[in-house]
Amino acid sequence: MKIKHTLPLICTLLLSGSLFAQGGGVAPEELLKPLGSSWPTYNGDYTGKRYSSLTAVNRQTVKNLGLAWSAQLAPGDESSAGNRRRSASSASRFIVGGEGAGDMNIHSGSIKGSALMVDGTLYVTMPDNAWAIDARDGRTLWHYFWKTRGGTHIGNRGFGMWNGYLYMETPDDYLVSLDAKTGKERWHKMIANVEEGYFSTPAPIVIGNHVLVGVGNDIDSPGFLQSYDAETGELQWKFYTVPMKKDDPGVDTWASLDAARHGGAQTWITGAYDPETHLYIFGTGNPTPAYTTGSRGDLDNLFTCSLIAVNVDTGKMAWYFQTSPHDMHDYDSAQTPVLFDGMFKGRMRKMVATAARNGYYFTLDRVTGEHLVTSKYGETTNWAKGLTPAGGPRRDPAKDATVAGSLVSPTSGGTVNWEPPAFSPRYGLLYTYEIDGFSMVYLTDPDPRGSMGLGGKQEISVGTYASYLTAIDYKTGQARWRRPFINGNMGGGGLLATAGGLLFTGDGAGNLVGYDQADGKPLWHTRIGGVTNAPQTYELDGHQYVICATGNTLWSFILH
Amino acid sequence: MHLTNTFASRLRRAVRGVSSCHLPVAVSGTSVAVALTGVFWWSQQVAPVALAGQQRPRTTSSFNSGEARPAEDPAAVARGKTLYGVHCQACHGTDLRGGDMGGPNLLRSQVALTDQHGEKIIPIIQGARQAQGMPNIGLNDEDAGAVAAYIRSVIGLIGSQGTPPGELKPLDVVVGDPERGRAYFASHCASCHSVSGDLKGFASKYPEPRAMQARWILGARSVNADGTRNATVDITTGPGQVVSGTLVNVDDFLVTLRMSDGTERSYSRDGASPKVVVHDPLEKHREMLPTYTDDDIHNVTAYLVTLK
Repeated sequence: MKIKHTLPLICTLLLSGSLFAQGGGVAPEELLKPLGSSWPTYNGDYTGKRYSSLTAVNRQTVKNLGLAWSAQLAPGDESSAGNRRRSASSASRFIVGGEGAGDMNIHSGSIKGSALMVDGTLYVTMPDNAWAIDARDGRTLWHYFWKTRGGTHIGNRGFGMWNGYLYMETPDDYLVSLDAKTGKERWHKMIANVEEGYFSTPAPIVIGNHVLVGVGNDIDSPGFLQSYDAETGELQWKFYTVPMKKDDPGVDTWASLDAARHGGAQTWITGAYDPETHLYIFGTGNPTPAYTTGSRGDLDNLFTCSLIAVNVDTGKMAWYFQTSPHDMHDYDSAQTPVLFDGMFKGRMRKMVATAARNGYYFTLDRVTGEHLVTSKYGETTNWAKGLTPAGGPRRDPAKDATVAGSLVSPTSGGTVNWEPPAFSPRYGLLYTYEIDGFSMVYLTDPDPRGSMGLGGKQEISVGTYASYLTAIDYKTGQARWRRPFINGNMGGGGLLATAGGLLFTGDGAGNLVGYDQADGKPLWHTRIGGVTNAPQTYELDGHQYVICATGNTLWSFILH
Repeated sequence: MHLTNTFASRLRRAVRGVSSCHLPVAVSGTSVAVALTGVFWWSQQVAPVALAGQQRPRTTSSFNSGEARPAEDPAAVARGKTLYGVHCQACHGTDLRGGDMGGPNLLRSQVALTDQHGEKIIPIIQGARQAQGMPNIGLNDEDAGAVAAYIRSVIGLIGSQGTPPGELKPLDVVVGDPERGRAYFASHCASCHSVSGDLKGFASKYPEPRAMQARWILGARSVNADGTRNATVDITTGPGQVVSGTLVNVDDFLVTLRMSDGTERSYSRDGASPKVVVHDPLEKHREMLPTYTDDDIHNVTAYLVTLK
């Protein structure tokens, strides 16, 4: 095993030739296929299963998995004065875009999203930065840098792709389209106003000629999902996730229309898509103000903390299911939903499952939104008592933030956060992290008007009871097995399942681990540091690659 | 004035702010400093990026570090504040967060947040929204512009993640019954702890009750000053052969300990082999977490604050 930092001269000389040989695009129809040799959309395919059909790396062969290459990426403006050019390949192209003044040059970042792998090329992002990388050796083909106007630089989940074009969001709320072969910008569109507190992290998802983009915001602004034309960047539709007009559905679940219009429900994680029904299914974030009920009233505050199905052609909602009615703990339901077909109570059903940040797991009918299963998968979850008639957890007001302090599990970080789960059709199991942590949550601003944003409270972590890699049976919502993470750590960045019977994830202790899907037994590991994204897999030249990131470094493994 | 924060101080605020959703932060006016123990999984998820760039004044709110705007004219802000008090405060509140007469919170108003130099706020003060119930205040352009400058200046004080500006009044969190707390302590804590022994003067060490409350729930720190864990480990390396020491690290594949002579040693782990037994004094504290009622916690705290 060796790290190929340097390349034979011949490869450098052939760079321009290889640019022509690589960088092919993906037709929208290709995105309908199950996850296999390429990885053309955030979750690999539209189902959100992160279940690859590749089998070369399996329970028997995984012991031979070893390093193919690693590549350290250097974010920031390579062209500005005083910055040494730190790109891995001196022959790579550097492209600059952006609306900012260039006075916020961000030199560090972390890969906390998914790479696309199409036609032998990986497309990887960090906030304000994107790269095309040769999937065979980790060499940079081009690096795109966006001069930012600001916005919360918390992470970027990656690209969407339509034919030969790429789409990424920026922290200052632009949708940027690049030419995949060259990294050259085609256009950029403002999708929200950074001065209103919006910041954008999601990976756009391409469906037909629609590029769907979501946003984040912490200061009492309405959430929305927008669809842009893949070719022109024109806005096709905009769906608000809270009522914006006096007759909008859900308005009667708020104390006032003004409260609804400032009610949050941000759209910061890429969802899943059902081609049969044309429904795009995604989760929404917390209501705002998050910790105080003053302005928003005591009702459900729709459509915050919900799973929502929107018709991609019209932008109209088909159904919703609220996973945290009247949330008081910042438990965004922005987790990746998983679509699958299977037996349920004696008949085949088309279903969607989500393991939510609030410690509850749900199975629904994905055509109608009919509620099928609710379970408390976070063992220590204590903020709710029983279920509502609709099947959501019934909030216990005694566990809201209080002046003297309320002991709450999970913490506001959640039983799981943004990290994508995986699903094995073979075992009927949804795999997720389960962090059973506790916080004391104090109300610090008892103003009857309520606070703003995430203000008005103080949270102090008081320990983690346990943390697990947990396998949930979709039929019952019960854990079939739990593999403890040592020291209360939380894995790292999400999960990958493969038809080889394996489950890959970081273990929170500096290892990338391949577990057995059947029972959670670790079968393989490599000590590469804290894994920051969900591992991925693809096939190239007859080799199955397994890749993941640790901070700014990509790692690639093949069978030896 | 407040609108001339340096980029570095903005960054510090941003760092605190990004963490505030997940990690303890100090409340204005109080001093809460709870040393966190262990490695928190989410630090990776929310760790703010390091920003490098010119040190230059930043003039927008810190809630979402936006681009720089021209600094406000202090005279206009001062005049606008006076005019706000006369014409606006009754409806919109002294803190701009809405008042008893129904005026909305201006600090989260999309109009106010995006106003650059009065172009959005002035017309509304002058009657553009009468149909929605906002009367014409009758201020001329200059006075309305001064009010707009004042509103923008307060928006500049919004904390990260939308936290409202201003100091919070310290609140008394010690509401429990010390006698019940004493009884709880006697039945649940006294087998390991003593108020005349290890907890002598506990309340003096943690004068801020929230910090103290968190400290006793957490127990002692889980990481020692030298980086080792506050735990010992016994590793059975062969029949009858046990190696013991301070735990440095353990995961599914490796266990590392520091022995009495200060040297460290690692052992590979393969399932149950070798046998590894960790003695973690904090295990009991973790096990108790799901068992507390809030009343238990408040009562024990009310008792422990008497241990000066």
